[in-house]
Amino acid sequence: MNENFNEPTDSEVDKLYARLDREAKQGGYFLNPDAEFVKGLVRGLLINERRYGYRACPCRLAAGNKQQDLDIICPCYYRDADISEFGACYCALYVSAAVLKGEKELSCIPERRQPKETGMATPGASGASTCATPVKLSVPVWRCLVCGYLCGREGPPEVCPICKAGKERFERFI
Amino acid sequence: MNFEHVAGKEKGKITLYALSTCTWCKKTKELLTALGVSFDYIYVDLLKGEDRSTAIAQVKRYNPSLSFPTLVIGDKCIVGFREREIQEALGR
Repeated sequence: MNENFNEPTDSEVDKLYARLDREAKQGGYFLNPDAEFVKGLVRGLLINERRYGYRACPCRLAAGNKQQDLDIICPCYYRDADISEFGACYCALYVSAAVLKGEKELSCIPERRQPKETGMATPGASGASTCATPVKLSVPVWRCLVCGYLCGREGPPEVCPICKAGKERFERFI
Repeated sequence: MNFEHVAGKEKGKITLYALSTCTWCKKTKELLTALGVSFDYIYVDLLKGEDRSTAIAQVKRYNPSLSFPTLVIGDKCIVGFREREIQEALGR
């Protein structure tokens, strides 16, 4: 854990904010319309990136070990389910279309992540043997654990084209 | 383990376990400050070694999911920024 880092500057926050906003729109996601609130979260992401080497969720306690924290690197594995159920992800960086339009109020979201003692919190990371009837495929199918994007190729892509998750956050689906 | 103390009206023991990067924790701390009550808070993400383990064990006793903010008012625990619940617990 790196403790000697410079505080993120306002221009760094604005730059990442603009990038996340652009990427969210490209992937069919929406950032919270409260710009000041989002900037606070973006600052937290930049601090965690300096501290741990990756953008761990600012609203969760990171272990400081990438393997253990894979599920809570932003965007986290729980984002889509929380947006569907509560209208926002756990920290409320991402919101649903209904919340964006002001049709639904945001409220406090319960933690979906299971405590680590019960095993790695990777919902859906069920390994390769999820297919009931064995099928012969010319290439394996890889699934992004963040957004569910599927692709058939020899290995996972370097970066998910939808949500920008790294290849270490893919599982072999079929 | 060093808690930061915020002076104010005595409403019993109020302890806030928070993360330094968390906006909901910040809102909770601001609410307590605005309510003018005396409380102690600690940023668990900034702790190391034994202090960190001790703080984690304390949070888990009240909130097994180890999420933040965890606010302990007397023997009542409020998880998350639940504004109305916090105000009610403090008799407002």
